[in-house]
Amino acid sequence: MSDTTPGTPAEPTTAPGLSRRALLGIGGGVAAVAAAAGFGASRVAAQASAAAAASASPGTYAFTGARQAGVVTPAQDRLYLAAFDVTTDSRDELVALLRRWTTIAARLTQGLPAGPFGAASGPYDAPPDDTGEAADLPPAGLTLTFGFGRSLFVGTPAPDGTPGTDRFGLADRLPGGLVALPHFPADALDPARSDGDLVVQACADDPQVAVHAIRNLSRAAFGAATIRWTQLGYGRTSSTTTAQRTPRNLFGFKDGTANVKAEEPDALDEHVWVPASAADDDTADGVDSAWLTGGTYLVARRIRMLVETWDRTSLREQEALVGRNKGEGAPLSGGTEFTEPDFAATGRADAPLIATNSHVRLAHPDQNDGVRMLRRGYNFTDGNDSLGRLDAGLFFLAFVRDPRTHYVPMQNRLSGQDGLMEYLQHTGSGLFAVPPGVPDGALVLGPDGTPVDSDDGPFVGEALFA
Amino acid sequence: MSHRPTAALALAAALVLPLVAACVPNDPAASGDATTGGAITVASTGDACDVSTAEAPSGTLTFTVTNEGDDVTEFYLLGEDGLRVVSEVENIGPGLSRDLVVQARPGTYWTACKPGMVGDGIRAEFTVTDSGTEVGPTGDTAEQLAAAEASYVAYVKDQVGALVAGTQEFADAYAAGDDATARDLYAATRVHWERVEPVAESFGDLDPLLDLREADLEDGATWTGWHLVEKDLWQPTPDANGGVTYTPLTPEQRTAAAADIVANTAKLQEQVNDPAFTFEAFQIANGAKELLDEVATGKVTGEEEIWSHTDLWDFQANVDGAHVAYEVLADVVQERDADLADALDERFAELQDLLTAQGSVESGFTSYDDLTDAQVKELAAAVDALSEPLSRLTTTVTGA
Repeated sequence: MSDTTPGTPAEPTTAPGLSRRALLGIGGGVAAVAAAAGFGASRVAAQASAAAAASASPGTYAFTGARQAGVVTPAQDRLYLAAFDVTTDSRDELVALLRRWTTIAARLTQGLPAGPFGAASGPYDAPPDDTGEAADLPPAGLTLTFGFGRSLFVGTPAPDGTPGTDRFGLADRLPGGLVALPHFPADALDPARSDGDLVVQACADDPQVAVHAIRNLSRAAFGAATIRWTQLGYGRTSSTTTAQRTPRNLFGFKDGTANVKAEEPDALDEHVWVPASAADDDTADGVDSAWLTGGTYLVARRIRMLVETWDRTSLREQEALVGRNKGEGAPLSGGTEFTEPDFAATGRADAPLIATNSHVRLAHPDQNDGVRMLRRGYNFTDGNDSLGRLDAGLFFLAFVRDPRTHYVPMQNRLSGQDGLMEYLQHTGSGLFAVPPGVPDGALVLGPDGTPVDSDDGPFVGEALFA
Repeated sequence: MSHRPTAALALAAALVLPLVAACVPNDPAASGDATTGGAITVASTGDACDVSTAEAPSGTLTFTVTNEGDDVTEFYLLGEDGLRVVSEVENIGPGLSRDLVVQARPGTYWTACKPGMVGDGIRAEFTVTDSGTEVGPTGDTAEQLAAAEASYVAYVKDQVGALVAGTQEFADAYAAGDDATARDLYAATRVHWERVEPVAESFGDLDPLLDLREADLEDGATWTGWHLVEKDLWQPTPDANGGVTYTPLTPEQRTAAAADIVANTAKLQEQVNDPAFTFEAFQIANGAKELLDEVATGKVTGEEEIWSHTDLWDFQANVDGAHVAYEVLADVVQERDADLADALDERFAELQDLLTAQGSVESGFTSYDDLTDAQVKELAAAVDALSEPLSRLTTTVTGA
């Protein structure tokens, strides 16, 4: 099995289900133990950590690799996303936090507890180094994806426009695409649900596994960063591989049919991964953003759906607003779900079959200079408002190579013209630069073969601080 | 006077610093038995104590002790003389496992299982080889800990003494209907209580009798103590009182409430002045953490003093108490885990800076309801930042 050679690069999983190669991407040294260690997905077993570290447990994705996991990874069913404010002004403390996070993420994503002792062992007079609620659960395909917000580089401007503070000496590393998003028509953003210095996207097939990850990362952040806002999501609203069925959003329609998929490497390079040329462009502005080459940008928008009014809208209007039929998701110009919409097709009185203000038309690449994005959104329901209406909607997540070309123009058009906007309200917003992954084999491993904290260990975004 | 013991203890702790050279590397890479990459296992039965290896490299050792017998068992790591207890785990019920994690220097030791918790135990020699890992001192901190316990008990007595005097003055003013004076004295007197609250809690019913909030009251139970009087001194509008018009206490009820607080406080003083009263090192360490938990759940949320909004006094007092508890133990912490000591020093200072920006016990604090949301969040973040390393204080002090 040549796949298990130590140091084999972990490629982003390109097939549905699980790649055995990906499981072993944690780094050299582990694979050798794996053969002897046998299997055991239980986190409880992690106390005998050699076995757990290397176990080719079903349901894990490699943490290390050229790209961070959680972008092209087949979209898991559940999300817990947390944005953090950095509370320290010390660059060293910030780096130490990223090191701790990297180690914990490398462990949790492989089904290991957050610390070497785990939830139910270790010194009896000390709190356990893992919080424990995921102890008997499988790894559930957990991925943890880290990103940096604009405020990390240049602080937050005051309401009167006074520029923010560059707390960490990063202003000249601010990539051009990490803009302050403009006010889009009809935005109703809550600052308490927007922005943040750091973001962590936890995706898993079990919500408790995702929440466990954020909880342990938040615990490791005390003293360096605090949670600014979080969002739970369920029911993925996008498919990121052709093997996944297109899911439905809370309007009841299939969503993300035209998504960029993992199986489209050219499209990923064109629309998702930040090219080296982006750094060249930034150089002209005196900015060194080469650290982001090979990374991506994450756009997060909390879009509340006014589902009560939507539900009393006729099927005719619903389909007209979306531009697809509700049953199959086929464009109203005809065909099946994956048939390309024909925007020129007309019906009676020469009216276009796909209305000019329909969502599918306005969001289509043809109407947006050919740009596409990799969407990875989730449905959410955060209880109800005081009027007894569901506070529910779509937590839109998209990975793009440059928000200036791949998000802002399209959102301006949608917010201004999309007929669906009558039923939508954008209530939260965030934009983050997602650096490339931690290279295979770079993690520092303890004697038990599992990742351990180290003063000079690798960390996500290391090139930014080089 | 309230700050003097703190300052004196800080000075004492500072003097210890130059003597400390060794530090415990907080390096999980060194944990466990290098031959297996994991914990050393110990199987304790009625007549055997099977240790998976008789030798391990110096550094952090983890013995995972499983009781495979029918009696409650204990496991000890003893020094070369077979007398000095390096570390121990007790009260392991049949079928259960527990870890003993210890910093071990090179040398000869004895392992011992004690099924039934009697006798000298089932012993075996255990060798710790030199791995090159630097290991701090272990074991012999008994004297330091005894000194810490004495210092802390003295602090408790001092605070309770001040509390008794202040309480009498407060109760007299309140019972006499001098509300202005009572309101002035309320928060500053309670400071002495809040500084040593874990001690009061250790006496069981005194804490609820003196410090129960109305929201904590069981339906039909009688409310006594400070917060009953607080509400009467800062009488709520019907809106803030569940829609019900507040009925002030009658002069007789006032007298009774005041007498009650004085009597219960006197009981507290009796208990701490009892020659048998001790507060052990682990209780001091746990108490420090508990005080910060109090801040995190009650004070930083403004729930403790919902009528007077004097939460920042309590906040400061809890932090004072935790700081003193840490400082009496600081030389032990410094020796065993210098990184932890540094982190605690820094984070106590950061939290104190935020509190100082809002006032002091002497000059008064900003009313809780005048704090902005951003200020509350900043304080909460500093409390969390301190509480996380503080949660490792007990294990560092006890070595268990």
